[in-house]
Amino acid sequence: MLARALLVAAIAFASAMPAAAQSWDDVLARARGQTVNFNAWAGDEKTNAFIAWIGEEVQKRYGVRLNHVKLKDTAEAVTRVIAEKAAGRDSGGTVDLVWINGANFLALKEQKLLHGPFADRLPNWRLVDTVRKRSNVIDFTIPHDGYESPWRMAQIVFVYESKRVRDLPKSVPELLDWCKRNPGRFTHPSVRNFLGATFLKQALYELAPDASVLQRPATDEAFAAATAPLWSWYEALKPTLWRQGRQFPDNGPAQRQLMNDGEIDLMVSFNPSEAAVAASTGLLPDSVRTFTFSKGTIGNTSFVAIPYNAAAKEGAMVVANFLLEPATQAHAQDVRQMGNFTVLDLDKLAPADRKRFDELPRPAALPSNADLGTTLLEPHPSWMTRITAEWERRYTK
Amino acid sequence: MDDADHGRVGAPLHEVADGAALGAASTRRSPRRPTALVIVPGITLAAFALPIVAGLAGTLLPAFGYLPAIGGQSLSLQPFLDVVAWPGFATGVRITLASGLLATLLSVVCAFGFCAVACSRPWGRRAAAFMAPLLATPHSALAIGLAFLIAPSGWIARAVSPWLTGWSVPPDVSTVGHASGAAVVLGLLLKEVPYLVLMIAAALNQLPWRERIAAARALGYEPVDAWLRVVLPTVYRQVRLPIYAVLAFSLSVVDVALILGPANPPTLAVLALRWFSDADIRFYFPAAAVATLLLAIVVASIALWRGMEMAVARLGARMLERGRRGGAGPRLARLLAAVVVATFVTTLLALSGVALWSAATQWRFPHAWPAGFDVATWQHRLLALAPAAWTTCKIAVSATAIALALALGCLEYEQRRLSRSALPALRMMYLPLLVPQIAFLFGIQVLFVRAGIDGATPAVIAVHLVFVLPYLFLSLADPYRALDPRYARTAASLGASPLRVFAAVKLPILARPIATSCAVGFAVSVGLYLPTLFAGNGRVATLTTEAVTLASGADRRIIGTYALAQSAFPLLVYLVAATLPAWWFRRRRGLGA
Repeated sequence: MLARALLVAAIAFASAMPAAAQSWDDVLARARGQTVNFNAWAGDEKTNAFIAWIGEEVQKRYGVRLNHVKLKDTAEAVTRVIAEKAAGRDSGGTVDLVWINGANFLALKEQKLLHGPFADRLPNWRLVDTVRKRSNVIDFTIPHDGYESPWRMAQIVFVYESKRVRDLPKSVPELLDWCKRNPGRFTHPSVRNFLGATFLKQALYELAPDASVLQRPATDEAFAAATAPLWSWYEALKPTLWRQGRQFPDNGPAQRQLMNDGEIDLMVSFNPSEAAVAASTGLLPDSVRTFTFSKGTIGNTSFVAIPYNAAAKEGAMVVANFLLEPATQAHAQDVRQMGNFTVLDLDKLAPADRKRFDELPRPAALPSNADLGTTLLEPHPSWMTRITAEWERRYTK
Repeated sequence: MDDADHGRVGAPLHEVADGAALGAASTRRSPRRPTALVIVPGITLAAFALPIVAGLAGTLLPAFGYLPAIGGQSLSLQPFLDVVAWPGFATGVRITLASGLLATLLSVVCAFGFCAVACSRPWGRRAAAFMAPLLATPHSALAIGLAFLIAPSGWIARAVSPWLTGWSVPPDVSTVGHASGAAVVLGLLLKEVPYLVLMIAAALNQLPWRERIAAARALGYEPVDAWLRVVLPTVYRQVRLPIYAVLAFSLSVVDVALILGPANPPTLAVLALRWFSDADIRFYFPAAAVATLLLAIVVASIALWRGMEMAVARLGARMLERGRRGGAGPRLARLLAAVVVATFVTTLLALSGVALWSAATQWRFPHAWPAGFDVATWQHRLLALAPAAWTTCKIAVSATAIALALALGCLEYEQRRLSRSALPALRMMYLPLLVPQIAFLFGIQVLFVRAGIDGATPAVIAVHLVFVLPYLFLSLADPYRALDPRYARTAASLGASPLRVFAAVKLPILARPIATSCAVGFAVSVGLYLPTLFAGNGRVATLTTEAVTLASGADRRIIGTYALAQSAFPLLVYLVAATLPAWWFRRRRGLGA
């Protein structure tokens, strides 16, 4: 039924004009009645609930129906767009909006499979912090050129069980020492998962002889030279991990479940408010707290992008713009909701909107901006791809 | 080879008369008459065989490097070479073979052991009745429950900690996800044992086994010993195809292996799925190659099993001729029966665990019970399932209705043609249960994308039909064929048209088996994971796809709610199927039998 509607929409919009030629009113008018298939990783209930809330709001305000296509991995959506391209379906595609960044974005952008540029045409784009939050415009070293629109920030932090952990490891070498003292009480998500790979990238940042090479595409020589200390560190770390490093949780939420079950005492997270949010909903004990490494941790931005063949491009743009509304961003940052730090520049907001952020609750497990320290830029996507491949090569037996 | 109920439920089969009577009866009937039903077997065959054949072709070609749309222009062995060169390949093959063969072997010996001990006892019959609804529980729901039960921080550990074990934190040992695939074997055992027990019970209804046991007892064999010696060899022949289906399913299962199996490397089926969904499109080729290898492994395993059967049969025959009484057989059978009872208990505990989680506020190690229950949140969680539940129902009801129409059409045609051999093609009905799902679903997905119908509910229904049809047909065929032909003849002699005979005589008499077979079809559809994922292109969310997606790590309370709903749906339908016909025909008391 849904697909038939999409096919009809596809025919109707086969001759849709490029975004640039449309006024925002045109976009709103065309968007009304559209169904937007939002392909988004669905492993986190809080985020799912937030997306459901977005769906209710855009339906109410703009008559746009949002369908959350729940992904286990963003790569599924990328595959789908590529498969549609291969099958010659250049319009009426089934992915209208996709939660994306990094390698997945690069893959689609390089193959010219994205609609746009559209992000800088969104009315709320002017509120985005493009100066202090550079990751809003530079996605894993790639300027996004308006082919994706930001919606939430992420930064590596560590969450610990304060009842059992006293001595916090504040650097990558200290983490190894901590694990040696507390064998089996730390793990990281599978390196096939973005969080697991990011954990290794974080370690690489501190261990690489020259971290600046990470901002350029990885070559064979650069990769070998930069990662040699990483692998010797990891060789020492692995046997001290949960299950002696022979098994890993599939993803972040699975790792959090281990923490909630008391199987580990320390975990890596990509969301500074994860501990606070999870504790408030019983997904972690109330005694969890958050810290980061003293030399800073990797931060990035989550974006939404529109595939070139999307059937509901206008509806997708309306959703992307709504994600940037100050009220939406404040709702997203509320630890009782999703608890993700905003992409907006608070100084650009009207006083009433600014107040929404000032009035948000601040539980004990939530770090302050000062606690978070320096944000390190993501390395070029090729580093992640290579780290994942090298890890698989070394440790799949 | 589906995710759900294999249940050709025993209950309706009590009514089945000896199958041999049918053959004799048919020769005496009137000459054949042309009928519009002639097209039904063709449609039925097309409904389940076409997708498989087309899908296999669509997987085999890319396995040999041919898929022009993504740059595979010529045939080559490169995809296979890439697969073999992958570091985890050898281990992956080993885990797949070990877990698949072991799960099948254990299921088969346990099921026969249980039947040897239980069949002649009244409690055995009750146990079988209890197993039928159990079978309706989707594999994935059971796997989710089992994962929580046996994890080092799971329910069993919680129940005995810290007072017995001294564990204040869970021990760092591996159960779920163990590199050997042992947890997958256990997960499969929970479903395949009751399936085989019911298959054996159904087959027994067609055999004069009581007489044989009586004869053997008269020769001095005790009952269990007698069953093993004179009933098992015959009944095995009748359940050979279901056993092969279990073997094929165990070797290629995806959802259970995702939830309970190792990840690095995983089983071949999971590896194929992982590569099929990789962002890098070049992984399509090795993914198709893995799926093809899996097909070859299934074929080879069935051949191997057949060889083992013959070897065991020869050995068994020699032992029978020796004529010893007693021996280890009966003792082993009793042990196996105890194992089967233990698997029932495990199943019930697994399902209770998910039910408790679905309503729990908080439940941490080492507490044996949740800290509390919150009915309001629970209702809220259940309501949140409504869209997925509705999609699940819509697909299951549609697929079941179509399958029922086709199955009735085929069976009615068969009776009017007066020949059982008129439909040799329908013997291929077991095909969907013997071919690994992933080996043809990928090809189907490519076809659907080409046709522009991927992700549409009708596409999902069409693929569900491939699996619903065989189970529904197989559970309906025996009672239908066994219906005493004199009812129809009497009605016809009173002037009723064939249509009227069908609608006014056969349908009411067969209401119970029809209802049961519909419940079977419904349960099969509800439990399907991979077919829904592929045909729905990830966009059709059913309770099962949602549960498996969430099982990778989401809030256990929500996973519990999905698993609970997933199990409750087919169970409810079973209950309705068991009670509705009796209520419907309460005025025709004779039908209640």
